[in-house]
Amino acid sequence: MSTPTTSLKPSAWRYVPLVLVALIFVFPLEFMIMSSLKPSEQLLADSNSFRAFLPVGDISLNNYVAAFARAPVALFLFNSVFITATTVALALFFCSVAAFSFVFLQWRGRDTIMTVLLTTLVIPIEIIAVPLLLLVNQLPWVGLHGFSTGWLNSYQVQIIPFSADALTVYLFVQYFKDLPKELIEAARIEGASWWQIYYKVIMPLAGPVTATAAILKFLAMYNQFLWPLMVTQAEEYRPVMVGLQYFFQLNIAWGEVMAYLTLITVPVLIFYLLLQRAFIASIASTGIKG
Amino acid sequence: MKKLIFGGMMMASLMASTVAYAATDLTMWYHGAGNDVEKKIVMGLIEDFNKSQADFAVKLEQFPQAAYNDSVTAAAVAGKLPDILDVDGPVMPSWAWAGYMAPLTVDPAAYAKFLPGPIGKYNGKVYSVGLWDAAVALVGRKSVLEANGIRIPTVDKPWTGEEFDAALLKIQASGKFEYPFDLGMAWKGEWYPYAFSPFLQSFGGDIVNRDGYKTADGTLNGAEAVKFGKWWQSLFTRKLVPGTSQSPADRDTGLASGKYALSWNGNWAALGMVDKFKDDVVFMPAPDFGKGPKIGAASWQFGVSAASKHQDGANKFIQFALQDKYLTQFSDGIGLIPPTPESAAASNNYKAGGPMEVFFGLSKAQATLRPVYPGYPVAAKVFEKALSDLANGSEVQATLDAAADEITKDIEKNKNYTK
Repeated sequence: MSTPTTSLKPSAWRYVPLVLVALIFVFPLEFMIMSSLKPSEQLLADSNSFRAFLPVGDISLNNYVAAFARAPVALFLFNSVFITATTVALALFFCSVAAFSFVFLQWRGRDTIMTVLLTTLVIPIEIIAVPLLLLVNQLPWVGLHGFSTGWLNSYQVQIIPFSADALTVYLFVQYFKDLPKELIEAARIEGASWWQIYYKVIMPLAGPVTATAAILKFLAMYNQFLWPLMVTQAEEYRPVMVGLQYFFQLNIAWGEVMAYLTLITVPVLIFYLLLQRAFIASIASTGIKG
Repeated sequence: MKKLIFGGMMMASLMASTVAYAATDLTMWYHGAGNDVEKKIVMGLIEDFNKSQADFAVKLEQFPQAAYNDSVTAAAVAGKLPDILDVDGPVMPSWAWAGYMAPLTVDPAAYAKFLPGPIGKYNGKVYSVGLWDAAVALVGRKSVLEANGIRIPTVDKPWTGEEFDAALLKIQASGKFEYPFDLGMAWKGEWYPYAFSPFLQSFGGDIVNRDGYKTADGTLNGAEAVKFGKWWQSLFTRKLVPGTSQSPADRDTGLASGKYALSWNGNWAALGMVDKFKDDVVFMPAPDFGKGPKIGAASWQFGVSAASKHQDGANKFIQFALQDKYLTQFSDGIGLIPPTPESAAASNNYKAGGPMEVFFGLSKAQATLRPVYPGYPVAAKVFEKALSDLANGSEVQATLDAAADEITKDIEKNKNYTK
């Protein structure tokens, strides 16, 4: 009887630090969700004690009702999910194709362009925001209302400038480099075109890096604030992060802020949970960290 | 004959619809997104204006306040400014200087009776007018002051700096409060220059030398400013006020929960205190540190974009908005100070005997505009950092010297903000 006991003890102890680390990450979410259920006065009073993490006191969904009354929350959520999902899909395609070209095709200037592309990794959006604003303000567009000039107040202005980026290309390049070259050679011998190799051979093997790139891109896009603030004067195109500012009035209703934050965290959690296995596999195999 | 009458009616209705269709759209940007009460009042005002005439139709686009200035700046870069925009009073000179705004052509009689704070004047021209003002007061409880044998100051006889200090020490000695006074250090940004620069001005200093606005040297780091700096720092070293790490929760609830005895707060928070303490609450004027008691002035105001092709219509709308009934509506709705005696008398909170009547008097007697020059947004951030550093113990003269130098360099870099 003593053998099982001794073998259980070490593994149980191993969980103690893991649980403690997990709690560090869970507590802010717990605080946010519990606070979203309390009136602002109680929320503030509880914030200095452990009650902040417990569903105690005057619990209700009133903050959620008030949040929907204060701002068009559903519209902001739709905008963010639409903009983010479209951008992620476009970025995965464009960047994987570009990476495929950089790794498997031979063309003049390839290494130089790759180097130039990588240097853009160190340029933050704040540096290029104003020139980019001036550029998109002059671009033509053909939409449902016919031809127009200037992309301000639109979805495309929040999607197209971010539909390819150096980090995502770099992730795919690093992953593709580790794939066996024999696969490509075999496919070429069989008469496959480059497009068929990309679509039928390489991308089916690129699940982990696709998940990693998707999550990183999703977070970057979903958390965008400065750019949408600059290019959306009309409420109908604003995303959730600009919408968050609706809740910061002279007298801040913290309960409503927490309710709004809880609501806008849901899409992020769902997206991560859907891709977490592939994400973890990618980290384990490539050492890439988000 | 019937055909003729029918034809005439058709023609008349066509002409009427053409007239209605001919109204020129005016876009208006407003900072109040997220405030449902404010939105309803603005929408009501716009609806009334659009019905009152047939030439112009105002259309509203609302922005969240915290992101409003950045949105306007981005739109100005893109050449997409609206016809009518609202602007925070101290920011107006910066936008006027940058060419975002045009001087108003509103009849001056429309704002002749206004408090000085809501009139946005720069370089001798009026660029904006506000439908309200805001004021700050010392908020406390009569019972606490009386229990400690402290005189309750009035607009006519405010506390001197010494009296104020003595009052704080008496309250501290009572041992009943965590801190005797709350400055609101948890609120960052514009709160610092708005709420605290009047203390400096009362000492005799200022953020910048207003004589030509060419330097901050001597005003922000002169003898009076250093005296202010030492007093300011001593509030923290003597533990009379909470420091820069104060939590927003304590700022919001500290006075009501009994953590603090006095609070330096705006009229927008006053109704909550009236509800909590009823007749026991008292709103008191700023102390006089030597150069008279002073509080900040100027809140959000309406102006006309320089890019507007219909400035006549935009001015017409602003003139329409300055009617007393709208001033009263804004006051009743969002609690701010009505700018005329008539609109104050008609308001729920600022009429004679109203719970916040004192704020109108404070605004009239003590309001001091923040420096009226285009570099103010830069100076405000420098001032905020300096006060924060002083609160955290940095050496007074060196800190103020560095701040004065930074503000002066900004003025020089922009060639005295002359075109």
